[in-house]
Amino acid sequence: MSVSAMDIYRLLPKTNCAKCGEASCMAFATKLSEKEMDLELCTQLTPDEFDTLEDLLAPAVREVIIGKGDKTVTIGGDEVLYRYELSYYNPTAVVIDVSDDLPDNEFEERVKTIENAEFERTGEILTLDAIAVRNKSGDAAKFAAAAEKVKDAKYPLVLCSFDPAAMKSALEIVGDQNPLIYGATENNIEEMAELALQYECPLTLFVPGDLEKMKQLSHTLRAKGLKDIVLDPGTFTGEGIGDTLDNFVMIRRLAVEERDDDFRFPILGIPALLRLNSDEDDVTKGIKEATIAATLMNKYADMIILNGSEIWELIPVLTLRQGLYTDPRKPQAVDPGLYEFGEVDENSPVLLTTNFSLTYYTVEGDLKSGKANCYVLVLETEGRAVDVSVAGGQFNGKAVADLIKDTGIEDKVKTRKLIIPGLGASVSGEIEDDTGWEVAVGPRDSSAVPDYLTKME
Amino acid sequence: MDKMTQLLKLLENTKSIEINEFRMDFDELELYLMPAIQQAVQKSVETRKAISQEALVMEEFKVPIQDYPGQVAEVQLGKGTRKPVYLGGQQALYRFEEAQPNPPVVTFDVFDIPMPGLPRPIREHFEDVMESPGEWAKKAVKEYGANMVTMHLIGTGPKVMDKSPREGAQAVEEVLQAVDVPLVIGASGDPVKDPLVLEAAAEAAEGERCLLASANLDLDYRKVAKAAMDYDHAVLSWSIIDVNMQKTLNRYLMKEGLTQTDIVMDPTTCALGYGIEFSVDIMTRTRLAALKGDTDLQMPMSSGTTNAWGSREAWMKKDEWGPTDYRGPIWEIFTGLTMMLNGVDIFMMLHPTSVKLLREIGETFVNDYMTTPLPEIDNWITQLEG
Ligand code: B12
Ligand code: SF4
Repeated sequence: MSVSAMDIYRLLPKTNCAKCGEASCMAFATKLSEKEMDLELCTQLTPDEFDTLEDLLAPAVREVIIGKGDKTVTIGGDEVLYRYELSYYNPTAVVIDVSDDLPDNEFEERVKTIENAEFERTGEILTLDAIAVRNKSGDAAKFAAAAEKVKDAKYPLVLCSFDPAAMKSALEIVGDQNPLIYGATENNIEEMAELALQYECPLTLFVPGDLEKMKQLSHTLRAKGLKDIVLDPGTFTGEGIGDTLDNFVMIRRLAVEERDDDFRFPILGIPALLRLNSDEDDVTKGIKEATIAATLMNKYADMIILNGSEIWELIPVLTLRQGLYTDPRKPQAVDPGLYEFGEVDENSPVLLTTNFSLTYYTVEGDLKSGKANCYVLVLETEGRAVDVSVAGGQFNGKAVADLIKDTGIEDKVKTRKLIIPGLGASVSGEIEDDTGWEVAVGPRDSSAVPDYLTKME
Repeated sequence: MDKMTQLLKLLENTKSIEINEFRMDFDELELYLMPAIQQAVQKSVETRKAISQEALVMEEFKVPIQDYPGQVAEVQLGKGTRKPVYLGGQQALYRFEEAQPNPPVVTFDVFDIPMPGLPRPIREHFEDVMESPGEWAKKAVKEYGANMVTMHLIGTGPKVMDKSPREGAQAVEEVLQAVDVPLVIGASGDPVKDPLVLEAAAEAAEGERCLLASANLDLDYRKVAKAAMDYDHAVLSWSIIDVNMQKTLNRYLMKEGLTQTDIVMDPTTCALGYGIEFSVDIMTRTRLAALKGDTDLQMPMSSGTTNAWGSREAWMKKDEWGPTDYRGPIWEIFTGLTMMLNGVDIFMMLHPTSVKLLREIGETFVNDYMTTPLPEIDNWITQLEG
């Protein structure tokens, strides 16, 4: 759980010197508790005080940054086991893997596909987060060549090889970009830790199916002074998925509830492993890989590596991520008021919808793709969908009458006709009575609105 | 600038200097607000910490198992001529604490009318049997391995075909003859007629222990409860994404004489992209409340997973999104799977692929931790194709 401002204040110097930029220590404490400022800004702390406060403020799961500058992704940072208790932080990073033994043109094409993959939902452009370059060839020179090819790519990098020599050759090329090193195992931990320290990069620890050993090795890394660690307890698919889930959940529980410092790190899942030794067709593999991704995102994966890059596979993955990581404390809403689409004049039709983001952006998308010309009145329903606010009473005649008055729409159009959503039919009479406008009940789904408007003309 | 560099150099080699002192120097120089310096301070603090880390002791690894005072009730569906299926019975949240006594169960949707509105990827599988609920049910069980069948009496809807409760009951009889799995009996969603339809169907299926879907606060739930008790069935208690509403309804039903083992809850499934996170929260809170001992919420949970097909990403043709043949089933899987991972026990589903994948994962819930042979993944980096 997050700490209170009071708990933080007690440990500050209480001199109100204002050197942090805040007027008082209490103000600074409040900002810290809301994660709006960094502790380093208070320059008046002794190292011991700094340490104590840093520990107090650290989230249950460490935040790990991968990449540099405008090419970064942050993972981890969670405080709770269940999103309703607070919110989940830093959406699961979705990474696609590229093998170092692809021919040049295929390699390039795949990187382009990854960079261009995007999908718009509720006004947000959903994209991928990183590229994993995989040392499939087992050859150090090839791995270095692949690193060279992604050096200028749009996204931060994950470098996958268990061979320290190959890792070194790739780090020589992109080591200054703060890539995530994957990975240290029982067998190469000394060399990989050395590289991570030398290049100051985050390091993944891969210990499949053995949390006890994972704890020991994580401890070893911490004792060497490594801070940015990512844990991969192994993604076993098929019947093994039960054990995979158990391991993910245990790690997160140990971090959040037991505050076991060896486990307070982000977790990496690799749904791509579903494709290992599988002779199923590509579509089945894609559907199954997405299924594993959904499983692991639901239970604490902070980063996933996929092999499939088809848009039909990515859309559900990105949509689930968006849902799980919305902040339950904030309504998902747009500003109520009057919006214009296309060319409008005093004869343009006037539509009504609600200010729930999903509703508004769905309607907006449909109006834009159908090239509709119209006004849209957006009703304040505290971020509720049409049928939800009809059922809950926020979508009512009086509220619509106020909206018409507040927006001044009556000065903009000569007509007095309002098109309401099909799902609002039950309150159409009430709206007519309260507004004095004529009400037309439109289609149930807004995708039919552009056609409906054309027919009306 | 020169001074700055010098200073930074100096700070880089401060390992041996007492950090307290060096902070004071700093203060005097009044340079502490310069970001570069701050970074340097930060670094030396970190170096100091790294050194002290060697003294860290490691505690022993312990599996993080919790104690739960409560338990989920076990509900039996199917009796008489049915092979029984059991729902719930969990004494813990996760398998590593205690494996689930019963795996999640899937019930296939079957309708009493040909349902012209079903999305094409589903019609494709059932086109040949849609005229006959009995054949439809048989296909779901024989070809697609349904654990159960849901008989939706949509045709009884006043605005659909306004079939009589008696006609609805006949469709139920037909399905009971055709298959020997337990049944969920659903009505049309009309608050006035549903209790009458469910009553007639309950009578026709006497002693077969079906699940009557559903009782809710908008209809005469007493009638539904009474039909269940009179003819030995269980009741689906449906609330709309609201834990308190669910508690209230369960309490009312138990006041009518039903017990925990006669009730399954449907806290409402919002589809992927359409508020799935609301359902995640509600299911999680409900299951945790059950395990903590809230006797009003200790029933197994059900998910109307087919809600997923209402999402436009599941059915709308749009080339940039790829074929609906793949999107649709994935939308249903994601919706059901997310509910399953947050505690749901029984799933109402439509598409054979979705059912298969959901079950593959759900069936692992009854195994103990680390008792299944695991695939070899140690060398995945070089072994993975593509
Ligand atoms: C998620 C959800 C919730 C969430 C709220 C999410 C939100 N921010 O709105 C929560 C949990 C809070 C909730 C609460 C309630 N809910 Co609710 N909820 C849903 C659910 C599952 C999805 C709603 C949704 O997101 N739809 C997607 C959006 C995009 O749809 P939309 O806004 O309608 O927009 C579409 C159309 O209307 C149309 N359109 C939109 N604008 C326009 C404009 C024009 C001009 C035209 C022509 C068309 C058009 O196109 C859009 C795209 O298709 C629905 C069931 C369902 N529909 O699947 C139930 C549902 C709406 N809820 C219902 C109920 C009863 C309630 C509650 C009253 C229950 C309670 N607990 O008390 C409360 C009311 C809360 C309140 N208002 O105070 C019932 C309503 C029944 C009815 N019609 O009377 C439903 C239908 C469930 C059911 N089957 O019973 N709910
Ligand atoms: S810099 Fe530190 S001591 Fe000074 S006001 Fe800010 S918090 Fe208080």
